[in-house]
Amino acid sequence: MFGPLVSKPKSSRKNKTGSWRIDVKPRFLQKNCIACNMCVQICPENCISGKEKNSYKSDPDFCKGCGLCAFICPKKDIEMVNESTT
Amino acid sequence: MPETKMLYNPGHTACGGCGQAIAARLVIEAAGEKTIVVNNTGCLEVFTTKYPETAWGVPFIHSLFENAGAVASGVESALKFLGKKEGTNVIAQAGDGGTADIGLQALSGMWERGHDILSVCYDNEAYMNTGIQRSGLTPFDTNTTTSPSGKQSFGNPKMKKPVPEIARAHGIPYVATASVAFTRDLHNKVKKAVSIKGPKYLQIHVPCPLGWRHEGAATVTVARAAVETGLYPIFEYVNGELAAVQKIKPKPVEEYLKLQGRFKHILKLPEQIKKIQDIADYNIKKYGLKLEA
Amino acid sequence: MKKFVEGSYAVAEAVKLCRPGVISAYPITPQTHIVEGLAQFVADGELKAEFVNVESEHSAASAVLGAVATGVRAFTSSSSQGLLLMAEVIFNIAGMRLPLVLACANRAVSAPINIWNDQQDVMTIRDSGWILLFAENIQEVIDLHIQAYRISEDHSIMLPVMVNLDGYILTHGLEVADMPTQEQVDKFLPAYKPLYKLDVNDPMTLGSLAMPEHYMETRIAIQKTHETALELIPKVSSDFKKAFGRECGGLVEAYKIEDAKQVIVAMGSVVGTIKETVDDLRSQGKKVGVLKLITYRPFPKQAILDALKNIPEIAVVDKSISLGSNGPLYTDLTSAFIGQTKVPKISGFVLGLGGRDITKDSIKQVFDKLSGKQVDCEFIDVKKELLEEEYAGN
Repeated sequence: MFGPLVSKPKSSRKNKTGSWRIDVKPRFLQKNCIACNMCVQICPENCISGKEKNSYKSDPDFCKGCGLCAFICPKKDIEMVNESTT
Repeated sequence: MPETKMLYNPGHTACGGCGQAIAARLVIEAAGEKTIVVNNTGCLEVFTTKYPETAWGVPFIHSLFENAGAVASGVESALKFLGKKEGTNVIAQAGDGGTADIGLQALSGMWERGHDILSVCYDNEAYMNTGIQRSGLTPFDTNTTTSPSGKQSFGNPKMKKPVPEIARAHGIPYVATASVAFTRDLHNKVKKAVSIKGPKYLQIHVPCPLGWRHEGAATVTVARAAVETGLYPIFEYVNGELAAVQKIKPKPVEEYLKLQGRFKHILKLPEQIKKIQDIADYNIKKYGLKLEA
Repeated sequence: MKKFVEGSYAVAEAVKLCRPGVISAYPITPQTHIVEGLAQFVADGELKAEFVNVESEHSAASAVLGAVATGVRAFTSSSSQGLLLMAEVIFNIAGMRLPLVLACANRAVSAPINIWNDQQDVMTIRDSGWILLFAENIQEVIDLHIQAYRISEDHSIMLPVMVNLDGYILTHGLEVADMPTQEQVDKFLPAYKPLYKLDVNDPMTLGSLAMPEHYMETRIAIQKTHETALELIPKVSSDFKKAFGRECGGLVEAYKIEDAKQVIVAMGSVVGTIKETVDDLRSQGKKVGVLKLITYRPFPKQAILDALKNIPEIAVVDKSISLGSNGPLYTDLTSAFIGQTKVPKISGFVLGLGGRDITKDSIKQVFDKLSGKQVDCEFIDVKKELLEEEYAGN
């Protein structure tokens, strides 16, 4: 009988923290993005991806809606919108 | 910055806007995949490793609240024995309580013995995991649950323990501070630290929206204000010599204090503000922070 | 090879033969000679290992925890206050299922500060999940350390093992003992093969947070593993006999109990004194014997019941006490008989605290008192005048 708690790497991805959002979510306008990567750097969840200009997006499965990406974006190309906005 | 493999993954359970969650990712991304992380008990360990899940994509071990310095010493010694130390980084990381208070002895031993380990302190200036109790790195006049403001109290009566100075006194080759508001600087410091052999200490200022009482979206604003007022000096000691500081055009400390609920009780008390301004002025002078025109 | 050897040095040499890669320790009397011996082996290049001189026992235990977690065999040693200081880590090592061997030079616990022998220190971590072995003499000290690594690292166990040797009596005593050769030990003890480790090529997380839905079963797993250890420990002992040609280890050792009317149950070096007393009393026609516990955790209940099934009077000799209750071994032993159809008379005696000598006369008193009224916790060799005058208060 044996029960060491050994966790497989990256397994937290099973935990969809996107359900934590209560009112706002980021909308990546993808208009004036200069691919500075600042939003990726500041995201506490590490759930923003993108490479080319105007290609960045956050993963709604994990985004907790903290708003730091919108705050940090030097081009104001990310805005926090109401959760119900499509 | 280079494309990184997922060394720190989403699905962790930190509060939205957590400064430590940002810094921990930046640290491991800069250190790279050939890194073993040893973590003291604290928020970071709890929110990243709730069994059976882990946010970490690198080998990670948590043992106890105060022993990351010693566990990391054992990890590093084992790697040496195996002939695998070359090319492998070892990070011992903790919060401010795990670093400055309960874990300081083990860290001191690790620094003194000269292990090739980077110790990282995520300084959110109180015991946040247990509910915002005062630590040795809680700033003067901070309202915490164990240093509350009251009829006869302005909050925490003590200054921050000078852990970078304590680390430097061990004669270790690299001691630096950083802030989560300056991600590139933080990244570069981790890169530099792991390139240096021997013990390294990096103390990172990481706002805690819950404990400092500000919005999650304000984390960067708050962290930046701490640096720009001189209350959180950003510096770098290489081989004991002050090698670099982040220059500022000092702003009055109110610009920082007013952003947070934890200082609300002193905002209308000029004599207390003055004491905090004195701390900032001392830092500005000591580290030569002022940007000369 | 037979040699006249000090117990501590015997530990150092036996551990050297087991080839640990990392040794970390903090000095405490009477453990010091053990780690000094190992430090010298490393300094002389006779043992290829990293010797980490830490700043406390807490860090010594933590450093070897880190080393084993990285996949390297490790060793530490402590005693008394040192073991108490590392107690938090002791529980942690077992909970993390990391195999390790620790030599505990048993010593009294402060206050008052006292550097002499009893077995109170190990009792403070009795419930930690460690496998606890007790040596009677220096030969056993050597042999149990070698067996301890085999038991600990067995993939069905993966739990730490503590070898207890009485402070001064065994650590600083000298005896003729047979020191095995490196070839013999290498054959008996294969290299450590970790089931999990910190490896940048195969990353995993160790030491997770367990919520209420996971925690309890981790404790049950250790409890079940102790049942497995009850089967493995005698097997390792029998393998040891095949490899080294002598008996050592296992769960219990019976001495002259087949026809005995009175048997003492005890652990550690005191068993040597009891055996001599048994011989003396038997020469006077008294049917007495002794049952030695080599393995204390897991508690070898069935082996004890089997050995004592026909014994009408049993005395338990404890060298520690659960203050406010009784000697820990006494409590364990009496509970073992719950539900048995034939329950013997069992009396509990506490001897030798803080280094008070346990002589043959002390043991004779135990046998004498065992014939009288049943007692739970009777102290032997007590200085009544201290209790009645100096410590009496008012």
